Amino acid sequence: MNLFARFFYKYRRFAKALRLYLIIAGPGIIVMVADNDAGGITTYSVTGAKYGYGLIWFLVLLGPVAYFVQEMTVRLGAVTKRGHAEAIFDAFGSFWGWFSLLDLSLLNWLTLVTEFIGMTAALSIFGVPTYLTVTIVAIVMAVIVLQGRYWTWEKLAILFCSLNLVYIPAAFLVHPSVGDIVSKGVVPNLSLGFNGELVFILMAIIGTTIAPWMIFFQQSAVVDKGMREKDISLGKFDTLLGAVFTVLVAVFVIIVTATVPLTPSNEPIASAAEAANALMHIDSYVGTLLAIGLFDAGFLGAICISLASSWAFGEVFGWAHSLNNKVKEAPWFYISYFMIVVTAGLVVLIPGAPLVWITLFVQVIAVTLLPAALVFLILLLNNEELMGKYRNNALQNIVSYSIVIAIIALSTTYSISVLFPGLFR
Amino acid sequence: MRVFEVIRSRTAVITEINRKYATPRIKMTRGVKIALLFLRLYLIFLVLVLGYAFVLKATGRS
Repeated sequence: MNLFARFFYKYRRFAKALRLYLIIAGPGIIVMVADNDAGGITTYSVTGAKYGYGLIWFLVLLGPVAYFVQEMTVRLGAVTKRGHAEAIFDAFGSFWGWFSLLDLSLLNWLTLVTEFIGMTAALSIFGVPTYLTVTIVAIVMAVIVLQGRYWTWEKLAILFCSLNLVYIPAAFLVHPSVGDIVSKGVVPNLSLGFNGELVFILMAIIGTTIAPWMIFFQQSAVVDKGMREKDISLGKFDTLLGAVFTVLVAVFVIIVTATVPLTPSNEPIASAAEAANALMHIDSYVGTLLAIGLFDAGFLGAICISLASSWAFGEVFGWAHSLNNKVKEAPWFYISYFMIVVTAGLVVLIPGAPLVWITLFVQVIAVTLLPAALVFLILLLNNEELMGKYRNNALQNIVSYSIVIAIIALSTTYSISVLFPGLFR
Repeated sequence: MRVFEVIRSRTAVITEINRKYATPRIKMTRGVKIALLFLRLYLIFLVLVLGYAFVLKATGRS
């Protein structure tokens, strides 16, 4: 075979693999990028403003952790062809099922509130009133799900995922020092001191990188998409790519806000919206990019989280619960979706609510409740009858249980710092 | 009366779900069930502490 023919066949194999991947791509990329939701962008903004580049190394470490957790949902969804909520009910019974479902519902609703907080804060920079943002977003979200096909929803979500990358050019526009980023951020260090505030931020970062809703969402998305066992390897690659993007964007957000000057009152930036506002006065392009990124993050998070809840309810209550169903075929699926969206949006309209604190605390609550979801996930993945040859190996179990123990240890440390603040001074 | 009918139909659905999933597929030992329950209750306790911390921060007492 001559060189041209060899090159041609290699190219055809690559093109075929790429086409196959593009068919499978979606759940992994979407869940990981949506992970950089409004709460996430706020957390990273506060991290950069308070700690400069000092916690970039921690964020990079969380990339593989997020991949390990989400990869398990791909296998579970593709093998069992069931969403996570239904899988828990079936495997562990109704007591644990209801516990998990109610946990998830409350947490998802709180997280959805934070998405609306982010979106309204972002558009308020351009003078759009809060009630108008909430109304328009709710209508757009309705139109997107009502168009009647999972694949269309997925392609729109991927489009919004690509907008999440605006933080990369924003970071270049603020001209950060690469030497500083490497010396202060890439090499792990504890020069910041160990206190309750740091533990809180670390927990918020973990909570925004791995959240219970992501487990439920990706497994249900894998099922709604119709993925099978033979698609698992491509699903894993999709998840890996998503993990890389999510860490990349998070790092660039930190780089941007680490270079933002203090506010006129000499206080550090306390939210992503504040960062965007401050940058507007220095460089309107960077400020605008940050505001667009914050809105996009909130919107992407909102469309995913609201679906995660509706899917979970549909699986358990036995309703038709696919985006491929029309409203007449799945009325309760769509009714639950809209109820969740509307009630969450209304919270943002409450005057005087401490919205930034709500955003940060919801991330921390998410990570605190995560071990419960992880333990069930691990138990399911270790069941040979359920998973067959796709069950967890020893390394996956060691890593997964280590994550559970680390999160419980961190949550306990923070609680001690709250109840006994003198211990950490 | 209509309200009672709706409530009755909803509780019937929940009863049906509980009946459907009454027998778990994965058999857990008593020890594992106790450990899981303890974990859940402990995590709920930690969330309550978080709620306390939130109130302190939101009211400026921390």
